[in-house]
Amino acid sequence: MSPLLAAAERVWGLCYRHLALYRRSPPRVIELMYWPILQMVVWGFVTAYLAGVQNGVASAAAGVLLGGVLLWEAALRSQMGFSLSFLEEIWSRNLGHLLVSPIRPAELVAALMAMSVIRTLVGVLPAMGLAFLLYAFNILAIGPVLVLFFAALIVMGWAVALGVTSMILRWGAGAEALAWSVLFGLTPFACVFYPVSVLPGWLQPVALLLPAAHVFEGMRAALIEGRTAWGHLAAAWALNAAWIAGMAALFMGQLRAARVRGALLGIGE
Amino acid sequence: MTALLVEKLTKRYRPDRAPAVEGLSFALPRGATLGLLGGNGAGKTTTIAMLLGLLVPTSGRILALGHDMASDRFAALARMNFSSPYIALPHRISVRENLRVYGHLYNVRGLEARIARLAEELQLGEFLDRPAGELSAGQKTRVALAKALINAPELLLLDEPTASLDPDTGDWVRSRLEAYREETGCAILLASHNMAEVERLCGHVLMLKQGRVVDEGSPARLIARYGREDLEQVFLDIARGTRAEGVA
Repeated sequence: MSPLLAAAERVWGLCYRHLALYRRSPPRVIELMYWPILQMVVWGFVTAYLAGVQNGVASAAAGVLLGGVLLWEAALRSQMGFSLSFLEEIWSRNLGHLLVSPIRPAELVAALMAMSVIRTLVGVLPAMGLAFLLYAFNILAIGPVLVLFFAALIVMGWAVALGVTSMILRWGAGAEALAWSVLFGLTPFACVFYPVSVLPGWLQPVALLLPAAHVFEGMRAALIEGRTAWGHLAAAWALNAAWIAGMAALFMGQLRAARVRGALLGIGE
Repeated sequence: MTALLVEKLTKRYRPDRAPAVEGLSFALPRGATLGLLGGNGAGKTTTIAMLLGLLVPTSGRILALGHDMASDRFAALARMNFSSPYIALPHRISVRENLRVYGHLYNVRGLEARIARLAEELQLGEFLDRPAGELSAGQKTRVALAKALINAPELLLLDEPTASLDPDTGDWVRSRLEAYREETGCAILLASHNMAEVERLCGHVLMLKQGRVVDEGSPARLIARYGREDLEQVFLDIARGTRAEGVA
């Protein structure tokens, strides 16, 4: 077996472990869809209300709000999908077995990314379908570039998740609350529902360091002006590359440090 | 031929504390079983964690199946395996699914046939499709053993393999380990508090205390040297710092 195929099989082994878990636990699958659908329904009614108050901007507002909700959910689900899959190994006291198996850290990360994509699609696609059925909002109207926006947010979710996982390796399962809260905390700076220009001047450079701020600027350009903001798209991907490289280095450093400290022996206990 | 070579292994968790393991050296030949004995805090778990690459030694060298664990641990890990009642398998998925997961992680060829064979040898058939978390302690131990044997390891590290088992099941596990070693020439490193188990399985024993080897030898030789009737009495002598009269 070639080294590449062997690595792919190990990645599949870890994905199979999580897929088997979902197959046996329908509530876990429902939970994946629950929040994205709930968010979409709430913001859909907000949009309907605004449409009644201000008819002139109703269509644009609907697109910006619902598009923002759906795309931001992609980032949130991506980050949680990665972080919670890692935490699942800690909760089930299986991390020790994994880390003394031949799976390499990069393969572990690849498997967590794959599970993140699966969890994101399962969570967000039904919400996108319901947005069309309930509010006649078709996010596909953004055009093929939607795939690049969507993917950029998933990759940003991975970068944040690598940071969260590094904190868990550093401080143990006590840091697990970060898995739910970190990305929510970035929402104001991601400019999901408003342009970056709304922020105070000193805060705008901070927001523009986040790939998400560029994605949502691009989304608004597509929905309101009907153009593709290639500059923002390129900025989002360049920032993603930098953030992923930095967070991957942090993760590898924390994993190594945990092996030196002996933190992996009792993690989760 | 040596399966495991350990040279001057030391682990110090903090500079201001005594080392958890200090200057540990031993060689484990293929087909042999080595026992690690010692009280709580003697350094057994730290040693096993270093042998598995889960913990980086402060100094010293580990060669597992010819691979340096500092630079080439994944090549060694693919040919070894580990079992401990203190690390669980995912309890919500079935035994068969667990074995598939680890079969893929170890790149086992003919995985379904391997699972079927292990299920037959370790009598897993009746609960192969039940969630691992629903099993009794004895059943879980058999599953942990199946996981440890899934890749037909050449080096097996076992931490308390029969802890919390009834005597009958414990004896059955020990018989399976003996049979596997005879069939394959696998080297086994065993950490245990069950002295009868160590006497039965191990050809050589390292007695650890406060991270150092304080004595070693075959169980029979240690018993004779300490003038005792069994290994448990030897263990107590070492743990309490007492020795029978006339022992050097």
